[in-house]
Amino acid sequence: MTPLLQVKGIEKRYGARIGCIDVSFDLYPGEVMGIVGESGSGKSTLLNCMAGHLEPDAGQVIFDTRAEGPVDTVTMSEPERRMLSRTDWAFVHQHARDGLRMSVSAGGNIGERLMAVGDRHYGDIRDRAIDWLGRVEIEESRVDDRPSAFSGGMQQRLQIARNLVTGPRLVFMDEPTGGLDVSVQARLLDLLRGLVREMGLSAIIVTHDLAVVRLLADRLMVMKDGHVVEAGLTDQVLDDPQHAYTQLLVSSVLQV
Amino acid sequence: MIELKDVSKSFTLHNQGSAVIPVMEGASLNVAPGECVALTGASGAGKSTLMRVIYGNYLAASGQVLVGDLDVAKAEPREILALRRETLGYVSQFLRVVPRVPTLEVVAEPLLAVGCEKQAALDKAAGLLARLNIPERLWTLSPTTFSGGEQQRVNIARGFAHEYPAMLLDEPTASLDAQNRETVLSLIEEAKARGAAIVGIFHDIEARARVCDREIDVSAFTPGLAA
Repeated sequence: MTPLLQVKGIEKRYGARIGCIDVSFDLYPGEVMGIVGESGSGKSTLLNCMAGHLEPDAGQVIFDTRAEGPVDTVTMSEPERRMLSRTDWAFVHQHARDGLRMSVSAGGNIGERLMAVGDRHYGDIRDRAIDWLGRVEIEESRVDDRPSAFSGGMQQRLQIARNLVTGPRLVFMDEPTGGLDVSVQARLLDLLRGLVREMGLSAIIVTHDLAVVRLLADRLMVMKDGHVVEAGLTDQVLDDPQHAYTQLLVSSVLQV
Repeated sequence: MIELKDVSKSFTLHNQGSAVIPVMEGASLNVAPGECVALTGASGAGKSTLMRVIYGNYLAASGQVLVGDLDVAKAEPREILALRRETLGYVSQFLRVVPRVPTLEVVAEPLLAVGCEKQAALDKAAGLLARLNIPERLWTLSPTTFSGGEQQRVNIARGFAHEYPAMLLDEPTASLDAQNRETVLSLIEEAKARGAAIVGIFHDIEARARVCDREIDVSAFTPGLAA
């Protein structure tokens, strides 16, 4: 089986400071990988390098495209990469406002991504927008409301709908449950898990919440000071951590 | 089906002066299809550790841990995930689920994961829940609010939903009433009859005597305890 994504030797520096260095892994179709680490460990830098938001100083991010097979997305042209990020890729931001257009209706937010890939029939677009609102548990009656009138949890669900409507194969998520209260988090986790399985998505989730990765991620990568210090099966890394930093991280979690 | 060759396990506690605690040495065993082997030994002797090593939850320090053709001690995460999905089931003592997911789906999930058709999976899950006396009115609720005994039965239903060729059972009959205990023992007997290789921990001596073909005392693998 060809990996959906092959990351090879990614490095990003900010001047003399290391953002992330020497990161390599393969992600296979249907796999969900978590990246954990404290603030400043380089996990968001890495995610942004992989998703094409930041240009890495070294390394390759090879994606198995539908048309041409594995292609290095770091060296592909900007229009090609933009097309990829509208079709096969999705990016869920921590703050929904960064991933939504706040001045456009909820339906418009979902429809916009469809129009970007060539859909033109207004009725179809609206129907699909309403269908996706339902899937993320937002009432149809809210389709013409602007996201600014939505609660934080609803905005996050809308952002997910906007991202998944084009049927991407790889979703990047940056702290998708951060800043939400726990009952809303649980609902979002359940939703994400269901969507990942139904659509056969692969996902890379950056978070500092170990409970979130235990429930969502098959595999886990632990980062510290820009380096990957440990990687493996999620439950193995959490239950039998080998590296000093992972042991500290796991033992620091408050038991509920 | 399940074969361990000279397996050892130790824990290194980096944040406590890098203390190295050896917990298992020279563990070897072999379980054939259709056979059920009980792990025995005092609390702390390493029964659960051994099960976790077989499941890939704990990383073996040395030796081979073969389940079917795969050496769990050296396998890639995705190989272990595939093994757990298709070949190796584990009924732990605790149910860990995503909040809000209905019990029926929790039980059907292992079947859906191996590509079983949705209705067939839900029907099979319903059959198991009924056998384990979980009232039908609870099936649409999340098991997170259930009593300890109910959660354990949901866990067992989930563990037996897919017919794994190899299974690990951690005290499957603990805290069950006589009738449910009987059901669980028949589930184990049925699994053996279809050729599953089973490793289990049973504190319930009668249950052990009834379903297990052999016992392995893990104290023999405990460093410093072995004679």
